[in-house]
Amino acid sequence: MSTPFRTPAGGRIDRATTLQFTFDGLGFTGHPGDTLASALLAAGRHQVATSIKLGRPRGIAAAWAEDPGGLVQVEEPFPEPMLLASTVELFDGLVAHGLPGQGRLADVPDSARYDAVHHHVDVLVVGAGPAGLTAALTAARAGARVALVDEQSEAGGSLLSGTDRIDGVPALEWVSNAVAELARHPEVLHLQRTTAFGVYDDGFALALERRTDHLGAAAPKEVSRQRVWRLRARSIVTATGAHERPVVFADNDRPGTMLAGAARTFLHRYGVLPGREAVVFTTNDSAYDAALDLHRAGVRVQAVVEARPEAPPHRREECERAGIRVLPGAVVTGTQGVERVTHALVAPFSDGQVGTSSAVACDVLLVSGGWNPAVHLFSQARGRLRYDEGLGAFVPGEEVDGLSVAGSAAGVLDLAGCLADGQRVARETLSALAIDPAADDRLPSAPEPVAPTAPLVLWRVPDTSGAEGATQFVDLQRDATVADIARAVGAGLRSIEHVKRYTTIGTAHDQGKTSGVLTSGITAELLGVPVRDTGTTTFRPPYTPVAFAALAGRDRGSLFDPERVTALHQWHVAAGAVFEDVGQWKRPRYYPEPGEDMEAAVLRECAAARTGVGILDGSTLGKIDVQGPDAAVLLDRLYTNLISSLKVGSVRYGVMCGVDGMVIDDGTVLRLAEDRFLVLTTTGGAAKILDWMEEWVQTEWPDLRVHCTSVTEQWVTFPVVGPRSRDVVGALFPDVNVSNEAFPFMTWRDTSLEGVPVRLARISFSGELAFEVYVSPWYAVAVWQRLLEAGRPYGITPYGTETMHVLRAEKGYPIIGQDTDGTVTPHDLGMAWAVSKKKPDFVGKRSFARQANQDPRRKQLVGLLPVDRQTVLPEGSQIVEFLADGELPPPPVPMLGHVTSSYRSAELARPFALALVKGGRERIGDTVHVPVNGTLVPVEVTGSVLVDPEGARRDG
Amino acid sequence: MQLIPCPWCGPREEAEFHYGGQAHVPYPDDPAALSDEEWAHYVFFRDNTKGRFAERWNHNAGCRRWFNAVRDTTTYRFESVYRLDHPKPVTP
Ligand SMILES: [Zn+2]
Repeated sequence: MSTPFRTPAGGRIDRATTLQFTFDGLGFTGHPGDTLASALLAAGRHQVATSIKLGRPRGIAAAWAEDPGGLVQVEEPFPEPMLLASTVELFDGLVAHGLPGQGRLADVPDSARYDAVHHHVDVLVVGAGPAGLTAALTAARAGARVALVDEQSEAGGSLLSGTDRIDGVPALEWVSNAVAELARHPEVLHLQRTTAFGVYDDGFALALERRTDHLGAAAPKEVSRQRVWRLRARSIVTATGAHERPVVFADNDRPGTMLAGAARTFLHRYGVLPGREAVVFTTNDSAYDAALDLHRAGVRVQAVVEARPEAPPHRREECERAGIRVLPGAVVTGTQGVERVTHALVAPFSDGQVGTSSAVACDVLLVSGGWNPAVHLFSQARGRLRYDEGLGAFVPGEEVDGLSVAGSAAGVLDLAGCLADGQRVARETLSALAIDPAADDRLPSAPEPVAPTAPLVLWRVPDTSGAEGATQFVDLQRDATVADIARAVGAGLRSIEHVKRYTTIGTAHDQGKTSGVLTSGITAELLGVPVRDTGTTTFRPPYTPVAFAALAGRDRGSLFDPERVTALHQWHVAAGAVFEDVGQWKRPRYYPEPGEDMEAAVLRECAAARTGVGILDGSTLGKIDVQGPDAAVLLDRLYTNLISSLKVGSVRYGVMCGVDGMVIDDGTVLRLAEDRFLVLTTTGGAAKILDWMEEWVQTEWPDLRVHCTSVTEQWVTFPVVGPRSRDVVGALFPDVNVSNEAFPFMTWRDTSLEGVPVRLARISFSGELAFEVYVSPWYAVAVWQRLLEAGRPYGITPYGTETMHVLRAEKGYPIIGQDTDGTVTPHDLGMAWAVSKKKPDFVGKRSFARQANQDPRRKQLVGLLPVDRQTVLPEGSQIVEFLADGELPPPPVPMLGHVTSSYRSAELARPFALALVKGGRERIGDTVHVPVNGTLVPVEVTGSVLVDPEGARRDG
Repeated sequence: MQLIPCPWCGPREEAEFHYGGQAHVPYPDDPAALSDEEWAHYVFFRDNTKGRFAERWNHNAGCRRWFNAVRDTTTYRFESVYRLDHPKPVTP
């Protein structure tokens, strides 16, 4: 497609290189330096999309992120929704299409890399326009550590859109000198294509750098596509510029309607004319630059429609010289056209009254309603805004610790003023940081501006179309109009925050960059209050949309959360284990043999452990080494039972409670020496229990001479379980007398295997004869394989966590956190035997004496046996009971408790469950009911120990 | 991301810290001597102060030390940090 609207020369584009791209299925060309918007405009295309609710044609209305109109979806090289044509840098092979307000997420995984970098500076300057560059130069010259970030592809800010001169040279020459000077300072980080999108506490700011988006398919794979900069600055200077504000009138959404400043940007930066015949509608001085520049570039400027009663004299004279008609005291009331504006409707305007309109032919209508300082970051830093009557805009209204605003973001709208403000703010910032400015720091000079004429604050033109504001669009992305605001106010809403939520204005992709202040103004007008009383809605991060992929960075997939694996992991993988996540750990759940499902595998593994020998990788158990002369004192205070009486060489099971008397963890304790214990915790409780111990030692008992350290990763643990375990362990460690007399239950022995230290412990989590084998992870695979070899004659069977759970549940051993929920005492678990009556105090003891803990109706751990011998009760199922008449009580049916663990038992040849049931121990022998899939399954309440209640198997 | 001044490490990011609730609520000398109500006050009852509040903090992902701090619950600002064995600072 040809580019009839490209100027013959000029702009920041590389005309020697032509790029091909596709939009809405049509081929286009452009140049490096173009955006998708500028390249489309060069071909004469304004409309890019249709609106979300009304399906109205929408076009490019601004040249950067404030554009509410030009929403596109990129398809190639990687699908990405909800981008703005004005911010997509053009590259060869780009395929995109317009969006009806809503994008479509990619259905292919994003193969690009995203990352994050932390960086610390003295001064963070946001924005590389005249104020930001000056501020960065002043700070850099003073030797400060500086970061300068700017969202555009090159530095310059507003200077890229104009014809200014600084220090007697074209402004962009000054810009490139400034950039070169900054590059010579080793402590300056200067990033373009980098949007500071959030400011948080204590000088923390997040910025998104788009590193390869502009390269399209040529992007090197090894370079991250986007990078989040996590910047910590002692002080922040925001020089983020200002957004031009439209004026609302009927059919102001028609393609071809554009902000006047944007037209200047397209002309000067991209070498593109927005049309052939322009009408310029303004309330302030700035749009005259657009009118005159376009005129010089060959656009016929049909009229400057000046809403003020008189045009500023020097502007009027310039227009007269150029032959441009100026219509003071006039407004644009509406537009004509279908998919592109063909006429502007112009009417006289005085004292708020609109006269009869007449149509002025044009193919582009440029609008300026003044400038809104981009106060987003200041506002995010909780800075309060102030309405400036002279500017007709909200400006920073107070000092904020650690953040200052410079240039047009602070309401300074002329170039010389912005340069001076940048230097002033930088010097104040340096002074607060006790950094002296450099002697050679010099203020760049720019021509003194002609004193501006006060702008007219005009939010919207009174609607003469008869539509009562229904086609006067305030938020183009949300299709929200003046009529919608009127409806909100009519419904009684007064707060601007409520109006926002009622109308959805400002909630779209652009977060109200053009519509927010307009809404404040129009709402104030409708309410008959000053706009300063209405205020603005809250500005929140992100300033512009940020992809979740960028926020996630490298923390995706297996890097999202640390994956902990045991030293045997590769062996488990090779053995075909099915894994489950236990906290961060990957644990084998079961080891299916060919053709087995989980149920079959678990029944087989359980049978092996109960009748022969099984082996488990229990390395994830938490292990805490507790050392010091007062180690036993600490453990006596934290465990419910007595630990200090434990003999060296012995093991004791213990329960820990919170001060409220509820169980928080359980496990075994090995006494290694008089002053040293190995505390075993649950897999999930390891970190929590170490924290718990340290908290008590540090905050309550700093006098105790004791230290606790995690040794979870320093020991692997292999329980060898079953009636043949003694044969296996005895065969592999012939120097250990494994007889019950020499090596009784709940004792441990040290030995070695070919010089490798090994610790054996008679601990059982299954009720079977069992030996736990402890060894350094370095020897895990070797020792495990030796155990398998030694066990081969007995059919040793590796088993996973599922079998471990079945075996322990058959014995009524609770899993803390599964069979308990923070409201369960040791007594509720039937573990009164583990609560010392001798110790004067321990954590939780006093709570046991509370009345509520004596209540016989407390939920207690019991076993459940489904009467049909078939149903595996879903864990979490509620338990109900029938009345004496065999009927359910009337609703709401009282719940007796719930199923906490439920499995199929090989040993019992039927399913069984553990449950917390009100007054459960009193109900043993009763039949209660559990609803499963809509039917009530009768279950018998039993004691919690269903296999070997006498404990006969423990010693083999 | 707020910076919290650990008395042992200096300012560190808030994500490294763990909140420990109201400070200066010592474990009772003799819990058995307390009534149920008095014990319940120790276990469950804490002030819900608007403004300056003495709190316990733990530099969990750093030096793992506990310390006390006076923080303004309306602004989140830390006004002072001090060792556990030091008294609550007198603030104006
Ligand atoms: Zn610390």
